[in-house]
Parts: sequence; structure tokens; C-alpha cells
Amino acid sequence: MGRYAARRLLQMIPIFVGTTLLIFLMVHILPGDPIRAMWGDKAADPAQVAALRHEFGLDQPVWKQYIDYMLNLFQGDFGKTFGGRQVIDVMTEAFPVTLRLTLLAITIEIIVGIGLGAWAGLKAGKAADSGVLIFTLLVISIPVFVLGYLARFVLADELGWLPPNVQDSTNLAELFLPAFVLAMLSMAYVARLTRTTFAENLRADYMRTALAKGLPRRRIVGVHLLRNSLIPVITFIGTDVGGFIGGAVITEGIFNVQGIGNLLFRAIQTSEGSTIVGVVTVLVLVILVINLVIDLLYAVLDPRIRYA
Amino acid sequence: MRGATHAKWAVCAVSVALAATACGGGGSDDGAGIVRSSWGDPQNPIEPANTNEVQGGKVLDMLFRGLKRYDPKTGEAQDMVAEKIATTDQQNFTVTLKDGWTFSNGEKVTAKSFVDAWNYGAHIDSKQNNSPFFANIEGYEDVHPESGNAKAKTMSGLVVKDAKTFTVKLNEKFSSWPETLGYQAFSPLPESFFKDHEAWLEKPVGNGPYTVDSYTKGASMKLRAWDAYKGPDKAKNGGVDLVVYTDNNTAYTDLLAGNLDLVDDVPAKQLKNVKADLADRYINQPALIIQTVVFPMYDPRWGKPGMEKVRTGLSKAINRDEITKQIFEETRTPATDWTSPALHEKGGYKAGLCGDACEYDPEQAKKLIEEGGGLPGGKVQLTSNVDTGSHREWMDAVCNSINNALGKGSVCTVNPVGTFADFKNQQSNFKMTGPFRSGWQADYPLIQNFLQPLYATGGSSNYGKFENKDFDRLVREANQESDQAAAVAKFQDAEKILADQMPAIPLWYQNGSAGYSELVSGVQLNQFSVPVYDQIKVD
Repeated sequence: MGRYAARRLLQMIPIFVGTTLLIFLMVHILPGDPIRAMWGDKAADPAQVAALRHEFGLDQPVWKQYIDYMLNLFQGDFGKTFGGRQVIDVMTEAFPVTLRLTLLAITIEIIVGIGLGAWAGLKAGKAADSGVLIFTLLVISIPVFVLGYLARFVLADELGWLPPNVQDSTNLAELFLPAFVLAMLSMAYVARLTRTTFAENLRADYMRTALAKGLPRRRIVGVHLLRNSLIPVITFIGTDVGGFIGGAVITEGIFNVQGIGNLLFRAIQTSEGSTIVGVVTVLVLVILVINLVIDLLYAVLDPRIRYA
Repeated sequence: MRGATHAKWAVCAVSVALAATACGGGGSDDGAGIVRSSWGDPQNPIEPANTNEVQGGKVLDMLFRGLKRYDPKTGEAQDMVAEKIATTDQQNFTVTLKDGWTFSNGEKVTAKSFVDAWNYGAHIDSKQNNSPFFANIEGYEDVHPESGNAKAKTMSGLVVKDAKTFTVKLNEKFSSWPETLGYQAFSPLPESFFKDHEAWLEKPVGNGPYTVDSYTKGASMKLRAWDAYKGPDKAKNGGVDLVVYTDNNTAYTDLLAGNLDLVDDVPAKQLKNVKADLADRYINQPALIIQTVVFPMYDPRWGKPGMEKVRTGLSKAINRDEITKQIFEETRTPATDWTSPALHEKGGYKAGLCGDACEYDPEQAKKLIEEGGGLPGGKVQLTSNVDTGSHREWMDAVCNSINNALGKGSVCTVNPVGTFADFKNQQSNFKMTGPFRSGWQADYPLIQNFLQPLYATGGSSNYGKFENKDFDRLVREANQESDQAAAVAKFQDAEKILADQMPAIPLWYQNGSAGYSELVSGVQLNQFSVPVYDQIKVD
């Protein structure tokens, strides 16, 4: 297992270099001059533009910009935003916000998703099962922005149960609505997945053994069935963490969550290369590490799986 | 009970994780009299000479008082820190300061506070976006050369005489220069700004009616009324909390939900509902903004003599009334000159100066375009960025209007540019082949600012490269005029040349808008569409 992990870590290096290079080039070919756009409809001062272009290295050929960027990156320097702030500072403000949102969303996803799935799995073929099926299909088929505005309209504007937007991201009550919307889609998948494995494992040999031993039903379902059925679900949730951190652009936008998604969106709008590449670099790292952890977790959860 | 222990452990882990990331928050100090207002993340750090957009401008307007300040109603430049600004030749000015002004850290506001701030703002090494505002002070090219390094640390035109007096020498005569000093780039700066710049940016210190209580970059800023403020416009509320919103629709829903007191930009989508939602708590008033369509006069197909008929014809083919009603819900007013009603008559606004040329008349339009030899290649293409400001919608409407008037099928088409940065690049590199959008927000309520930068030869924002000797001469003469009324008259004469030549079609004047909650009163916008925060009362 140690050798496996080492090999996977080595594989990350080309992936990392490749993705950052790709993003770097994509930012570079965006049309227009982001420095000049800082003056809005007003004329930009040429001397100032030249000075800023030089400061951000935009007057260098793109390969040199990339090498400089990578060299700085290994010294922990993510560069500066056009507004003159350190990108690392901007990211350390935004990441905790997104992380909080992600954790809350994952919690909702686990509780509701596994709960619904287990219920449907135990009642496979009955009305409850069909009900959950219809509900989850409905959720999966609605785009997230529709879901977002709809949830805000119903839960906040009409019923007044929850605050509609986030003003203070440390306030969990305010974060609940976006977290709920963010969790909805994955929650539906988790419910489907749990339901299937539950229904399947109900017929497994070890279940019959447990029943024959005369164990109480609570223990059979709660320990034997649940533990064995959760293996695929946990790996699914694991990949979701990475997705939530990077993919909350729409939800963060709707509910005014000043997290990574919003930061990335604004940076793309203003073609602020340093911020875009910085955020994506961190996201790439996060997703690579999470994937490795999940793969290793597989072996831990299911002793039959071996890595060499 | 192994399962139960595991579950307990998991719940515990999650709650610990949530609690851990949740720390550092909580404990809002919602005292009485605080205005909660929407905000956008300022583009640059908040310092006077580096802020050229409205979000940072909001903060500066609360934190600083300069030599002059524009009356929010009339737009007149009134003395604030200045006792008087005297000149005999319209080129050499002597500025005298009032007694008693201090910064909120206790430092006195002296002549040096202004001279140091201006020298800093102008210097190329300070990399301040607003440095061109100091360009008419003598010695600017030494501290801010077109290329290469600065030759001097300070501008020779600025001399401190004593603690209360300094003199300014300009490059050339400019009679209304004192009236430009209400712009925030001309604010004074305390010593602490230069001693510890980083610390100052974390918590800016000024001489205005508010002080910064706390600033969480990217999220919010809490400003509190400064009790020891001695100026004439002491804050009527306890403070202002600015909350960052990335989307003005979100801010608007928060206003309706009672989580916000003031939204200073009502989103276009909500204009249909705003009367029902807010009744009379909605402000819609002229701002110093005009939207025009500029012709590339550098392209002979549009700029050659005789084409003025075609340009005027196009202007007459646009049904401004209809478009401002249908698309903008009357947040724009059809333009009849090249300035703005927010200037008022005294400042140089003259309704109807454009005359016939800006009136919708499809018959005349058709005739004029034919007389002028028709559209170049039989076509016209409108260009603008379409990432903001409903530009796509009105461009479609303008083209429709032109096509209907000319009756030759779709001769007018729209060329949407994806990003502002790209559009700006094409515009400043003079690569346009047809008319393009140009929005202009004046920096100070002066007719000069609506004309000289945009249409004088070599003007900083003369993107169409319009060149006209008579226009240049009239502008020069106007700047030398010591009497304000005479200067305005000269500028209006120059403006009449625009009506004849039509290098830019005035479309409409843009309004500023705001909505506010039942908890506050006395809300007004100044001519830059910035709320006058110090006048807001919290009930």
C-alpha cells in the first residue's frame, strides 16, 4: 500500500503541471487587455498601463510568465491581484467560507440522502420506494439555479423560515439555505445509490446468517446491512467534497456567499490571471488528494481490496 | 454497541468541524442608528488617488473632505476645507485653508497634507489610477513621464507657503480648475499614510464625518460616525455598514426581506416591480452619465466630408422615447445635448441644443442618408460589450428602429463583444469599423468634462478621433474665460459644432437609482449616483 501511495503521489506531478499550464494558457488567450479595462469607460494612462503590465509580468512572453509563476509558486508566492493584494490572502479569506458551506452541505447530504435511501431500500417495491424514486428523479432533473431561486422564493420570501441571502458567512443559519440547495443534487444520487445497495444486500448470505443467529432486526440493519452498504456511498460522497469546493460557483452566486466560487467568477470576469491560476491550482491539489484518500479508503473499508 | 459509538463519533467529528470553521464570527453590534447598505468589492485598495469607481468612491465620500465638495442637489462646488482659492490669471492659484480641520487620528489638516497627497498621487512609482487628474499641474511630466523613470519626486507647480496656504501653477490657463477640486483624487492625506502605508490601507484614516470601525476585505466594512468631526455636514446616523454583494438582484431581495436598508442600484430585472415593492421609497434621478454612439472618424468611410448627413440621418432614425420607455422603464431620458441634466442650466446643460438632429423623424432620416451618399457599403454595424448593462437589448432596439426607418431590410446589425476588456481594447486601439457605444460618467459636474476629453483633438477619451479646429479653439477660449457664465456659453458654442458634425450620437442620459427600507429617511443620491450617507436618518 505504501508503494501504491507513493506511485500515485508521483503521478500527481505531471497532472498538476499539465492542468496549471492549460489554465495559464487559457487565461492568456482571453481577448482584451485586463489592465486597460481597470479604467472603465475612461481613458487609461499609457505610462501607468505600461508600469502595471511590467509589474504583473504581462510584458513577458507567455512561457517565461509560466516558468516565473511556477518558480514563485514553489516558494509559496501566488502573486498579486490587479488591486495589489496578495492572492494568497484573498484565497485564505474565501476558502474557509466555502469549506463551511461544503461541510454543511455534506452533512445535509449524508443525513437526508442516506436516510431516504435506506428507507426506500428497506421498503423496496412498496409505495415509499416509488415515492423516493419520483422525488429524487425530480431533483436530479431540475437545474441548480432553478432550484436555488425556487428554494429562496418558497423558504425565504414566502414562508420566511430562512434568511434569503448570506451577509455573514460565519452565521450557520444564513448558510443553511445555500448548503441545502448545494446538497440537493448529490443528495438525490446518494439516496439512489444507498437504496440500490440496501435492496441488494438485503438478500446477501451474511444477512441470512445474522437472521439465523437470531439477532434483533435493529442490529441487523443498523450494523451489518448499513456498514456493508455504505462503501460505494462513502466514495461517492468523497468525490463530492472536491466537487463542492470547486463547483459552487452558481450557488455561491445566487446566495451571495463570498467563497471560492464567487472569487473565481469575479476573477474570470476581469481576466485576473494570477487569481484564476492560483485558485485552480489549489483546487487541482485538493481534488487529487481527495481522490487518493478515497482510493486508499476503499482498501480500509473492504479488506478484499488490495493495492500493490 | 460498537455501531452506536461509531455514529456518535461521526456526529461529533462533523459538529466539531462545523464549529471550528465557524469560529471568529458572531456577536453583531447592531447599535441604534446604523444604516445597512449594499456595496461591491472595490477594484483597488481604498486610497483617494487610486479609486476610480463608485464602490471605493462611496467609502471615500464618507472618509474624506477635500478643498471643495459638490452640493448633492445643485452640483455647485462649495468650499469645504478651502477658505478661498484665488487667481488673477486663471493659471496661478493661491489656496488658503480653513482653521480647525483635523484627521480622525488627531493630525491637523495643513497645506502640506494636500501637497504631499497630490505629489504622491501624481508620481508614476505610486501607481495610482487617478494620476492623470494632476496632469495640468506644472511639473507633472517630470514625476509621471510618458515612458521611463521619473525625473523628480515632486511637482514644481505645487509650493507650500505656510501651514494654511499653498500655491498651484498650471500648465495652461484653466479657469474652472478650482471647480474640479471636489473630485476625491484631490483629498488630503495624513502623515500616517506615508509612514505606514500597509497599516493605513487596512484601516484608512481621513478627515470626513465617518471613521472606519472594521474592514473585512471582500465582505464588509463598518463605518461609524466620528463624534469629534467639526465640519458642517456631521453624520445624522450612528454609522454605515457596507455589505458586499456580487449581484445587485441579491441585494434587492435582501432589501425586501428587511436585511438591508439601502440598495443604490436597482437591477434592471426588478424595475417593473419596483413601484409595487417600494412605493415612494424608490429614487430615480439624473446622474452625470450620458450614453452615446461614437463614429470612427479615423475611418474615411465614416469620417470623410459629406458623411455628417449620414451620421445625422442615423441619429434621426433612432426612436429614443420608445426605447427608454420599453427597455429602461424610464431610468434613461432621451438625450437632446451632449452633457447631462444633472449639470443643471447654470452648469451648462441645455435641453434641445442638439435640435432637429436628435429628433426622431424616419422620413427625414431616410432623405438625409440618401443625400449623404447612403450608408458605407449599404450597412451599419453597432459594436459594444454585452457582459453588463443591458447593452445587447438596447442595441437590438436601436438597430430595429434604424431598419424600420430606412425600410431596406436589416441594414443595421449588432456586433456584440463578449467582455469589456476586449471591447475596450478595440476601442483604444482605434480598430472600429463602424459606430460603437461610449458611456461617459463625468468626474466633476462641469460642462468642460463632458466635451474636452471626448471631442477635443488629442482628448484622452476621444475614441472616435474627432478633430475640428473651431471646436478646439472654442474650448481653449472657454478655459481662459474668468467669468463662469461666459465660459459656459463658449462651451455651448463648441457643442453646437457637435450638432452640425454629429461625431457621436447622443442616445440618452442615464439615471442613478436607489431603493430603501422603511427604517431610514432622508435618502438622496448625489450626481455621481452615490448615496449621501451623512444625511440619512434612521428612524
